[in-house]
Amino acid sequence: MKICLTAEGNTLESNVDSRFGRCKWFIIYDTKTDDFEALPNANAAGMGGVGIQNSTLMAEKNVEVVLTGNLGPNAANILQQAGIKAITGVTGKVKDAVERFKKGKLKVDSSTSPTVTPHFGMDKRGK
Amino acid sequence: MTITVASGKGGTGKTLIATSLALSLGERVQFLDCDVEEPNGYIFLKPEIKEHETVYLSKPKVKIDRCTFCGLCASSCLYNAIAVIKPVKKKVKGKVLFFYELCHSCGACSLVCPEKAIYEEPVEKGTIEKGTADGIFSFVQGRLRPSEANPVPIVKAVKKQIKPDEINIIDSSPGTSDPVVQSVKDADFCILVTEPTPFGLNDLMLAVEMSRKIEVPAGVIINRSDIGDNRIDEYCGKEKIPILLRIPFKRDIAVSYSRGIPLVSAYPEYREEFKKLFDHICRIVGEKT
Repeated sequence: MKICLTAEGNTLESNVDSRFGRCKWFIIYDTKTDDFEALPNANAAGMGGVGIQNSTLMAEKNVEVVLTGNLGPNAANILQQAGIKAITGVTGKVKDAVERFKKGKLKVDSSTSPTVTPHFGMDKRGK
Repeated sequence: MTITVASGKGGTGKTLIATSLALSLGERVQFLDCDVEEPNGYIFLKPEIKEHETVYLSKPKVKIDRCTFCGLCASSCLYNAIAVIKPVKKKVKGKVLFFYELCHSCGACSLVCPEKAIYEEPVEKGTIEKGTADGIFSFVQGRLRPSEANPVPIVKAVKKQIKPDEINIIDSSPGTSDPVVQSVKDADFCILVTEPTPFGLNDLMLAVEMSRKIEVPAGVIINRSDIGDNRIDEYCGKEKIPILLRIPFKRDIAVSYSRGIPLVSAYPEYREEFKKLFDHICRIVGEKT
């Protein structure tokens, strides 16, 4: 199964980025093979609609579950309509989050619903 | 002649200046309220609105049975307002989602669609109200429909009412964002109203930068001129920006203004000041053209 974590860096040692639209990196992890691909978020500094762009990217990459801190309303809407599950409130190192996910310790949100309002991630752009 | 009254900082006195300038020049003046999210010139000019005009913009929609989910519409959208969800057999239904709060009605999506699956529907964005008011020639204001995010199309619609042969006074919204740029652009002159406070100076500097970028000559009016410090003067001196008028901080001015009485109605002696201000602007504009 392909899962995607938002990350502050491009390795499994990086911390999970609390933002979805404006995270620094995406780590797309295959739970079967334990291979991963790190993609820089090209939309991190975009003007608007970045959650929309990133959600369609998840669909294109055949991601089945997104693990992140927070989701905005537009992103949550698209992920749900594309049949992609979301786990929000994820913190700590990417590799630890992957392990917790594999052991079934992270619960998929029953309905993919936004955890923050639009433009939430913009406050932390310089972080 | 078109003069836009703008400011960086809000609440410095744009409408105070715009309404009094309009009333001082009288018969030849058309007042245009381009602060379409919160027009307030009418409170002071008390116009009789005679015409309402609805402003429509197009909104894209999709004929989903024609769509091949190629994604060209989404990649052509500068504002990220479209998401195309490709169908996955037995799992996901193909969809095209439009996020209208991000859409600028540019029409690119329907233009690029190879299947002609995207069509446009008119949608109400706001109104233009036209009328007459005592002491001026005519009155126009725009009103953005509540819940709409983008005021620019309404500002543009108000600006279409500019009468090039008359004196047009535009009251702008505060700040230096798109609707303000649109209100100042194409004007012959821009009055920047500020106050001698750190916020007043900071936002004035932004507004000056904006007016330079769009090449509209600007001058400054300092409201509540006897408070704060003299850093506005120093800045204007250094940047060679004329200070056109100073209005002191007086309780009486604030009291009458809060009752909807324009400055020049409460204090007729200011009429001369505003006429001189207009002559000064004419000289500046004349020199530049």
